[in-house]
Amino acid sequence: MADQTAFTQALLNPDMPVPEGVVQPDGTPADKRFNVYRNNVVTSLIGAMGDAFPVIKQLVGEQFFDAVAGHYVRLHPPTSPLMMFYGAGFADFLTGFEPAQQLPYLPDMARLEHGRRTAYHAADDPVTGPDALSQIAPERLGDLRFKLHASVQIITSDHPIFSIWRFNATEDRSPIEPRAEDVLISRPLHEVQMTLLPQGGAAFLNALQSGKTLQDAAEIATNAEPGFDLGQNIGGMLTAQLISQIQEQ
Amino acid sequence: MLDGSARAKPDLPASVGVGYKPQHLNDILNNAGPVAWLEIHAENYMGDGGPQLAQLRHLAERFPISCHGVGLSIGSEGPLDADHLARLKKLTGWLNPASFSEHLAWSTHDTGFLNDLLPVPYDQATLNKVVDHVDQVQEVLGRQMLLENPSTYVQFAQSDMSETDFLQEVVNRTGCGMLLDVNNVFVSATNQNYHPKEYLDAFPTDHVGEIHLGGHEEDHDETGAPLLIDAHNNPVVDPVWALYDYALSLTGPTATLIEWDNDVPEWSVLRDEANRAHTSLSHVTAHG
Repeated sequence: MADQTAFTQALLNPDMPVPEGVVQPDGTPADKRFNVYRNNVVTSLIGAMGDAFPVIKQLVGEQFFDAVAGHYVRLHPPTSPLMMFYGAGFADFLTGFEPAQQLPYLPDMARLEHGRRTAYHAADDPVTGPDALSQIAPERLGDLRFKLHASVQIITSDHPIFSIWRFNATEDRSPIEPRAEDVLISRPLHEVQMTLLPQGGAAFLNALQSGKTLQDAAEIATNAEPGFDLGQNIGGMLTAQLISQIQEQ
Repeated sequence: MLDGSARAKPDLPASVGVGYKPQHLNDILNNAGPVAWLEIHAENYMGDGGPQLAQLRHLAERFPISCHGVGLSIGSEGPLDADHLARLKKLTGWLNPASFSEHLAWSTHDTGFLNDLLPVPYDQATLNKVVDHVDQVQEVLGRQMLLENPSTYVQFAQSDMSETDFLQEVVNRTGCGMLLDVNNVFVSATNQNYHPKEYLDAFPTDHVGEIHLGGHEEDHDETGAPLLIDAHNNPVVDPVWALYDYALSLTGPTATLIEWDNDVPEWSVLRDEANRAHTSLSHVTAHG
């Protein structure tokens, strides 16, 4: 009898025989017919990966991408029916995937592309305008804590992932400098925004996101990057409408 | 089993709908043609927020919405995914769709989701399991659901009843309605070597709340026998249109969906398909 465990194993392992009891109309084993399901499952999952990681697909080419994704989907089939979030483990998989080592920025690009999707589907938190802090007395600013918008994602990288993404996903042909780039992803309203973060910006936003006060976050960022510019970073945060709620102590 | 008061046919108009694709948003708002309602895949609207949900809220003010699940795995041997059922309840709660439908199929095993509609054997143990699951869905969602007949490529040696007897039993025991996918009937009948009209004659046609029409691909198995694949990437073929007319003669005028999920064409192509279904439907109204 073909139970769903045997059916599932045979689906994901093309070398296994068709499960016992899965037959064609004449009662003989349904080899080619079973392959329709095998093909549907793997093709649909590879297709979902292509939708999720269009820039990686462009960077490595369709043939290589489909091969890499084919490995991934067999090892890590989705754990939930929400295909919009499938591929969360792709970055870690790429880190350990030997044939992809020549492009060391791929795992970070996978984090960036997954971050964009996560931001796209994030909750519609309220946003505050660029003058959000103007009503607050300067001496109280340091004690403020912020709830950042649910869409905010910070991707840090030793590679120029922002420039590589922009070159491949947009018409912008700005040159790609060999440098480390940290990226802020957010979706204050309907469109996903990406910003190249200045020095210490990632440490600053990560600290704020974890509930640190403005003053503590600035200190953490300065320790991480002595060139951290607090005014520039607060300005950037206001312009990008990252603050969902201001919490005064 | 649902009580009689909740058993009424879904409130979809007996007219033509299409599977909603975001790239058609402006066309639908400006030139819907005969399209009077829209169907969405429930799982695409289970994020926390964002533009997709905003679009759906907007569309739901203008069109009746049919909410079609593709991930509940009603045919699973194991229990239904309670988290997923809760997500469906949340979605159907705020959207209040005109209809909710799912498939006689499974797609989840243990914690893995296989993103395909996999077949079930037609025997008593599977029937009991499917009945329990449909009961549970209707109880949690507080509404009748429609169950869709599958397209199948294989059979199970253990099956000891026909697909139509199986579906009739599910309807009798749960009070659910049927989503009759005419293309699936044609695909399965070709693959399994039976006559599609005889299948429809045995189908619980009194309980059909919605009809699906879609395209398929043609292949052959290793014996050279035709093997049709339900791909939703083509126009509806003529034999399926003919079978649709026959189905309508049994069901009477019924909400009909053009389903085109892959290689989605431009709006005018989809609208032409909708026009053709509209013509068939208006003939039923005239003579029915």
